[in-house]
Amino acid sequence: MTDQTITLNVAGKDHIVTAAPGRRLSDVLRDDLNLKSVKIGCDAGDCGACTILMDGAQYCACLTPAIQADGRRIETLETAEPKLATRLQDSFLDHGAAQCGICTPGIMMAAMELLREVAQPTEAEVHDALAGVLCRCTGYRKIIQAVMATNTPRIPQKPAAAGCAVGQPLRRVDGRPKVNGTEVFGADYAPEGALLVRAIRGPDYHAEFSFGDLDAWCAGTAGVAAVITAQDIKGINCYGVIPPLADQPALAETKTRYRGEPVALVVGDAAVIEALDLADFPVTWTALPYSTTQADGMAADAPQLHAHRPENTLIRGHVTCGTPDDHLASAAHVAQGAFETSYVEHAYIEPEAGAAWLDGETLCIQACTQAPVMDQEDTAKVLGLPLERVRIIPSAAGGGFGSKLDVTLQPLLGLAVLKTGKPCRMVFTRTESMQSTTKRHPGSMRASIGADAEGRIIAMTFHGDFNTGPYASWGPTVATRVPVHASGPYLTPNYRATSRAVHTNGPSSGAFRGFGVPQAAIMQEVLYDDLAAKCGIDRLAFRHLNALRDGDKTPSGQTLQAVGMVECLEALQPHWDRLCAEVDAFNAGSDSLKRGIGIASCWYGCGNTAMPNPSTIRFGITAEGRAMLHQGATDIGQGSNTVITQIAADALGMAIDAIELVGPDTGLTPDCGKTSASRQTFITGRAALAAGAALKAAILRQTNLSNADEIIAADGALTVKHGNESRIVALKDMAQDAHGYVICVEETYDPPTTTLDANGQGTPYAQYGYGAQLAEVEVDMKLGTTRVRHIIAAHDVGRAINPQLAEGQIEGGIAQGLGLALMEEYLPGQTENLHNYLIPTIGDMPPVTSILIEKPDPEGPMGAKGLGEHVLIPTAPAILNAIRHASGARLTKVPALPHRVLAAIRDAQGRTA
Amino acid sequence: MTSHYYRPKELSEALDLLAAAPLCVAAGCTDLFPATERKTLQGDVLDITRIAQLRGFSHDVGGNLRIGATTTWADIIRSPLPPAFDGLKRAAREVGARQIQNQGTLAGNLCNASPAADGVPPLLTLDARVEVQSTGGTRQIALSDFIQGPRMTALGAGEMVTAIIVPPVGQFGIGHFRKLGARDYLVISIAMTAARMVVTDGIVQDIALAIGSCGPTAVRLRAIEADMTGRPPDPSLIADEAVALAIAPIDDMRADAGYRRISAAELLRRTVADLSASQVVAA
Repeated sequence: MTDQTITLNVAGKDHIVTAAPGRRLSDVLRDDLNLKSVKIGCDAGDCGACTILMDGAQYCACLTPAIQADGRRIETLETAEPKLATRLQDSFLDHGAAQCGICTPGIMMAAMELLREVAQPTEAEVHDALAGVLCRCTGYRKIIQAVMATNTPRIPQKPAAAGCAVGQPLRRVDGRPKVNGTEVFGADYAPEGALLVRAIRGPDYHAEFSFGDLDAWCAGTAGVAAVITAQDIKGINCYGVIPPLADQPALAETKTRYRGEPVALVVGDAAVIEALDLADFPVTWTALPYSTTQADGMAADAPQLHAHRPENTLIRGHVTCGTPDDHLASAAHVAQGAFETSYVEHAYIEPEAGAAWLDGETLCIQACTQAPVMDQEDTAKVLGLPLERVRIIPSAAGGGFGSKLDVTLQPLLGLAVLKTGKPCRMVFTRTESMQSTTKRHPGSMRASIGADAEGRIIAMTFHGDFNTGPYASWGPTVATRVPVHASGPYLTPNYRATSRAVHTNGPSSGAFRGFGVPQAAIMQEVLYDDLAAKCGIDRLAFRHLNALRDGDKTPSGQTLQAVGMVECLEALQPHWDRLCAEVDAFNAGSDSLKRGIGIASCWYGCGNTAMPNPSTIRFGITAEGRAMLHQGATDIGQGSNTVITQIAADALGMAIDAIELVGPDTGLTPDCGKTSASRQTFITGRAALAAGAALKAAILRQTNLSNADEIIAADGALTVKHGNESRIVALKDMAQDAHGYVICVEETYDPPTTTLDANGQGTPYAQYGYGAQLAEVEVDMKLGTTRVRHIIAAHDVGRAINPQLAEGQIEGGIAQGLGLALMEEYLPGQTENLHNYLIPTIGDMPPVTSILIEKPDPEGPMGAKGLGEHVLIPTAPAILNAIRHASGARLTKVPALPHRVLAAIRDAQGRTA
Repeated sequence: MTSHYYRPKELSEALDLLAAAPLCVAAGCTDLFPATERKTLQGDVLDITRIAQLRGFSHDVGGNLRIGATTTWADIIRSPLPPAFDGLKRAAREVGARQIQNQGTLAGNLCNASPAADGVPPLLTLDARVEVQSTGGTRQIALSDFIQGPRMTALGAGEMVTAIIVPPVGQFGIGHFRKLGARDYLVISIAMTAARMVVTDGIVQDIALAIGSCGPTAVRLRAIEADMTGRPPDPSLIADEAVALAIAPIDDMRADAGYRRISAAELLRRTVADLSASQVVAA
């Protein structure tokens, strides 16, 4: 296509670009005008991240041929009318409406279109205007509030005084770039002249392959700098998040084991590589028999994925206590059943992207990630480089939710840079991202739970077969976590839970917010409703009766403390009573629509299961008097940059605004582990607490004061105040350490856990968090559709370090739980995009009432407990139990798509007829 | 080989280009871009969005309402059209979200010929015809003949859609549309139904019913229409069995065929019930 000159009117100025007329406007704006706030999430009009205004109306820039914008007035977040844009930004920051920030520019452009038409929009108007932009983090509620409040005069937040940051709903410390379009995500930076890397991926679920004449193809294709295959790998072509079980090649060698597995890389001039039709690439595929479901993977004749893992079994998990079979046999009431869950896609709006280059001898990789040190280790291993020659610089991550814990493009970028000697960049398409990254494990579960005549749980047995896909990823973690948690937060004295991770040729299952516990909670909480009915006890009262309390033992034999379960359930009681009455009144007057309420609980151990997982924080003062917090926990939107800084600031006694953040960056920050397992607030928070206290002690040593109420840094000196006394510590002439600090501390915290014995007994976690949610739904009895009307969520967070961020986690987790319950089902080969794979839109998300319970945890920093994953666990079972209360439909598979709900309604009506 | 991107101002020029070589006709591009992962539209493209006469609404002497080929969903939503078009307007509001409505065109929706095209059921109830032009002349094709199957239309070589024509008979009464999907907004429907009903003195004088997403193409339900004509509006005359006879749904990731048969009938009854209620109010 011959390039043409195209005139784009941006911020009142005409810009003339030369581009192919049919090129996506999103790429022209990003590449030619450097308007990087225009995000690319799908290139199909499904996610709306590229929403811009043309002549005041919202368009998906990815669906607009550049020539159609010729002569038109274009607005992007960084070029929009500043007065409205600033009000909107402040409102988003005040309301905590941006988490990861990848959808924020698109959301704000849609909001601007609306706010120019209607200064004070209604919620329904906000829904209609913003519906074309998907957000995976926030659950939309805070976005709606922020948009509605944009033109209302705001009361500026007062800066938190020294020692008073914790407990305040402070704005995110890293929020401004997220709301003004300057945040740098994986695709937003590459060194000048970077070559583009694209992967050749297998089209079959299972296949052998052989290459043709690659040299000839490379030589005959202008602009291709290199073709890279497994033969170019100098290190060990086998990575994995759990090193002893590592089994995944960076590039497959002779066989692909899932659809979309990379076998080769094509590297070269960006314009050429982008335009290549990779169908011409010389590779021949021979399809092999395959399995994509756990049932097929377990079949006797199933194709075996790994010779050293018989029966396609990666691992089994097991926790036993007491004599569950005897007690089930003698139980007054027993409920039993089976449940199936589907593959669930993380569907973050940012597909994997990054750039890499050589800085002297060091390979630098700047990409989106949740686990920089693990990336460093696996990339170095594959490339055959010593660890210190790989530096991981996490870009902002446009959502992660567990999937960006595994390396994806990091070793591929490294291979390309080492082979070509030039900087390289790589951006996954939406389909590449969905095909090749991890999913939530599909589970086939069955369980029996027994209660005595008074309704006390006496025994439970559980087994789950989980489809772990071809490679180990976090399959072992799911297989271990599930048996530890399958009882739910209820006292279960006799217990046996087993699990099996089954290899198939579906996508690899890995970490997804909850590591299998959300699936197991569905099984258990659905049976609890059965059991409550059999016992003749109100469903909430039944849970209250059995809830774990301080001093109770878990099925793993751990004695618990600081259990806020009863408090959470009691906080829901008045809502439960009110809604029971309201729902009954509504149903009395309605035939085709029926309402119902459901309840479910969660518990979740914070941190790695029965393994060390330390975090280390460095905190230093420069000679100029700057307080630098080296914070290596990746903030993927959940807020660790803010929470960790709040804790460190209060521990030190310095105003939070005076503290500067460094990192995360493996070249600059000590290891804070991975952002997973709800561990950062707890574990990195404890390290930050210790570092703040140690820094304060080090400063106090420079004074003769016994303590400090406030430390102020300014002009090369610290002012230390205690009561009526004050000391000045001059910094200018103090000696600097290797990091350039005149005073510096480094503190590590590793939660005290033990390994589990053969029966799964031990102390797998040093801390648990608890919660319960109540869902109100409306079911259409003739169409089987479900509308969630309201969720009330009570979560024991120990101490709410930042209540607004905690609410943000709750609302976002609920949105994902709602998707799990009602619409999300990843079918390999069918739902590899965001129009066939559905996640909740702004219209699907009900109001959420969050209730924060604070029962301080003795291990947690200032009492705080982890929260990020807990929030998703109760949502789906609460919704399912509400559907059943409304309609009688007892579902045995999620998602509860309308056809499944209607079939279950008819089934229930058949049983009662 | 360099591909070409043509963007003529005149229809005659577009038709000449089409006559000379096969071209991909592009307007809103809301289906063309999602069909490729490439950064640039592939192949030779004829972009018709600069041809002013193709956009908007007009009436001819015979009373036909003409909707130009590049008329967008948003244009339909904003235009003052008779109540018979209420179903089409409602469908337009349920296409994707605002971005797609601002960009996508009704004619493109027909040419894409998806079984789940939101525009087709309401246009079927309006007795719409598709105006097709080439250098050889102009012809009009009934919409039900224009869409021949999934991704198949009656467009011949060198032809392009220039307008959608709604005859006077389709402009009477009140129209309505309902869409059933697994989420709010941005959803491809499991089933959708459209209806247009003319009621005089409490009696149905004319009724048109259509169902989409339940077979290779959207369909009219002539037998049920005949049953309902000449009687007071009565949604209960829409029997599950009669609907099932008219449609040919499949199992797919969104729903199974059995559910589609049941839900399409229920959705159609509700569509007609909504219309009956609005007719009462209107009377």
